[in-house]
Amino acid sequence: MSTYLRRASEAAASAETDQDLRLGRCRKGWRGSVSGLVAIEESGIPWNELERRLLEMGFVEGAAVEILHEGPIKHDPIAVRVDETTVAVRRADALAITVRAPGVN
Amino acid sequence: MSTATLSVSVPGIALVGCPNCGKTALFNALTGHHQKVANYPGVTVERKEGAFTTPQGKTVRLLDLPGTYSLRGRSPDEAVTRDVVLGRLDGEALPDALICVADATNLRLVLRLILELKAVNRPLILALNMIDIAKRQGCEIDVERLSIELGMPVIPTVAVRKGGVTSLLAEIDRLATAAGTGAAGEVTWREPTSQEIRDAHKEAERILKACAFRPGDQRLTARLDNVLLHPVWGVLILLGVLFLMFQAVFTWAAPVMDGIKAAFDLLGTQIQATMPDGLLRSLLTDGLIAGVGSVVVFLPQIMILFLFIILLEDFGYMARAAFLMDRLMGGAGLHGRAFIPLLSSFACAIPGVMAARVIENRRDRLATILVAPLMTCSARIPVYTLIISAFVPAEDVAGVVSLQGLVMFGLYATGIVSALLVAWIMKRLVWRQVAEPFLMELPAYKWPRLKNVALGLWQRAAVFLRRAGTIILAIMVVIWFLSTFPGAPAGALDPAINYSIAGMLGHWLQPLLAPIGFNWQIVVALIPGMAAREVAVGALGTVYALSATGEEVGSALQPILAAQWTLPTALSLLAWYIFAPQCASTLAVVKRETNSWRWPAFLFVYMLTLAYGAAFVTYHVATWMLG
Repeated sequence: MSTYLRRASEAAASAETDQDLRLGRCRKGWRGSVSGLVAIEESGIPWNELERRLLEMGFVEGAAVEILHEGPIKHDPIAVRVDETTVAVRRADALAITVRAPGVN
Repeated sequence: MSTATLSVSVPGIALVGCPNCGKTALFNALTGHHQKVANYPGVTVERKEGAFTTPQGKTVRLLDLPGTYSLRGRSPDEAVTRDVVLGRLDGEALPDALICVADATNLRLVLRLILELKAVNRPLILALNMIDIAKRQGCEIDVERLSIELGMPVIPTVAVRKGGVTSLLAEIDRLATAAGTGAAGEVTWREPTSQEIRDAHKEAERILKACAFRPGDQRLTARLDNVLLHPVWGVLILLGVLFLMFQAVFTWAAPVMDGIKAAFDLLGTQIQATMPDGLLRSLLTDGLIAGVGSVVVFLPQIMILFLFIILLEDFGYMARAAFLMDRLMGGAGLHGRAFIPLLSSFACAIPGVMAARVIENRRDRLATILVAPLMTCSARIPVYTLIISAFVPAEDVAGVVSLQGLVMFGLYATGIVSALLVAWIMKRLVWRQVAEPFLMELPAYKWPRLKNVALGLWQRAAVFLRRAGTIILAIMVVIWFLSTFPGAPAGALDPAINYSIAGMLGHWLQPLLAPIGFNWQIVVALIPGMAAREVAVGALGTVYALSATGEEVGSALQPILAAQWTLPTALSLLAWYIFAPQCASTLAVVKRETNSWRWPAFLFVYMLTLAYGAAFVTYHVATWMLG
């Protein structure tokens, strides 16, 4: 894991609750739904912008997600099914997306 | 303003939609061959405009806007879409109506875009595109209800067949009549907040439910992706595709190229036989026919390359390639999306540099622009082909791969590796910055449509031929002039060109390039080659045709080079051509894209340094190895 990824995940860890996982840490085959978007540090762009880009690509609270594929190097980026759309996203950026497994409230 | 414009001039309609929604296919279906590809003034975003006539006989201008998920304009391309839609772009009238194009199988994101577009207050039509594919996949939607929910006409279309297009045309007629009564209002759009985007998603979700939307079966795409995005097979297939592309460029094009070459040769000999000897005949045969012929002959190779690029794009594979390459590109400090501009640069650095506009972040874009000219563009193919066929034997390695193709592959590979290295040095050592997010839709696979592929190819060929017919033609005349005047003095022993302006220039500059093994003929050819790389081949033809004695004129350049150049010189020129910034138009486009002379100047200096260094090393290593 790159320093960037590690530092970003540490910064984000405090905001994480028991049921919530980070999409950026889930492996291929994982299914669930988006529970929220959480600011991450060290993104290339301001949080306000990243949040809106993620929203525009369908990563909105309640959206069904499934990790379909992982990239060839370090399992990065990931191809995520978001409702009916398939979106490629880097794990570092997907750390901003909190997800919940089905059946967890 | 809009009503007045409508009554006095031709109404304009703009096509808006997410990427991969089949917008361009619909544009092609509506306008056919009546389209014009140009640039927006000031920016280099491609502007595609066409015209068509509605059943009621109205002529309508149609503008194809770059695909976008929102009106926020995160990249220069998306900014053009926003500015045209909002009527903010100078010299571009506010469209009288918008046709929003949606992929019927994938409605959610475009519904949100439509909700945003409603704030523009222009008459809107929703074209529910690819409805045939949607039905085949078992996708369902209540079109009437959708129309009621959105408050706009919804027309199911199949861009590739006339059926849907006819009802779309009828709707445009109806709209054009209604528009006269003042259907358009004030533009009330402003950039939405994240909460507003969330609310729009909720509204889109409600509409989808109300219209009993059922997504289609995407299992075929999923099954294909299991192979094509596989960490091992996917990468191998990508390498295979690229390798096939280069072998194809080399082998498939050969028969057609021979035909074109023969035709130009025949033309040359005909003129030689019928015209009296003199300056005009020399201009026609040695300047024009020899020069332009040696460039046009590469049309088949350029067409094959573009055929691959267009097919891969239409099939939906380009996004997969970016996905597979992202980490590798990221390792070099490039964005995964840089893959597409860099791949386009294999055809020509100019569209490549221009395609870098899909990268939002300025430094990511700059890094891509600065390394794009290192990718082997098609203009280098004539030079590579000429030297390879003159110096590399036409043998097969292990009975399968042609040796010439292998050398070509090596030249391409060197270009790629250097591009990645240079990008890495720039991003890691010069800028030291954090990566821009990589967010990209992986569209469902689709069969490329023959008509769209053919139209795309035809446009590329036209651009190339226009270049060959204008810039290159003009340069050929200039070179012919430079290499003909002043003529040789009476009783001169050397070939006439030795006494010409070009000869003098070549002799002056030759000492500078002697350490890398270039003779004065090469140096002469490199001077006009600054305008366009492939011109150097024509220039070599002119230089050698003119310096040769009678019976050698018109014979192929290849054996002349094989006889007159040493192998180290040939290899050194190949190495030079991997790096040399020999293209004034690329430098001009980089200037336009970066809006400063600093970057093209930097590009020129670093590429020239690399070229000289690489040629120097190649020449001396080759000389030493050959003893």
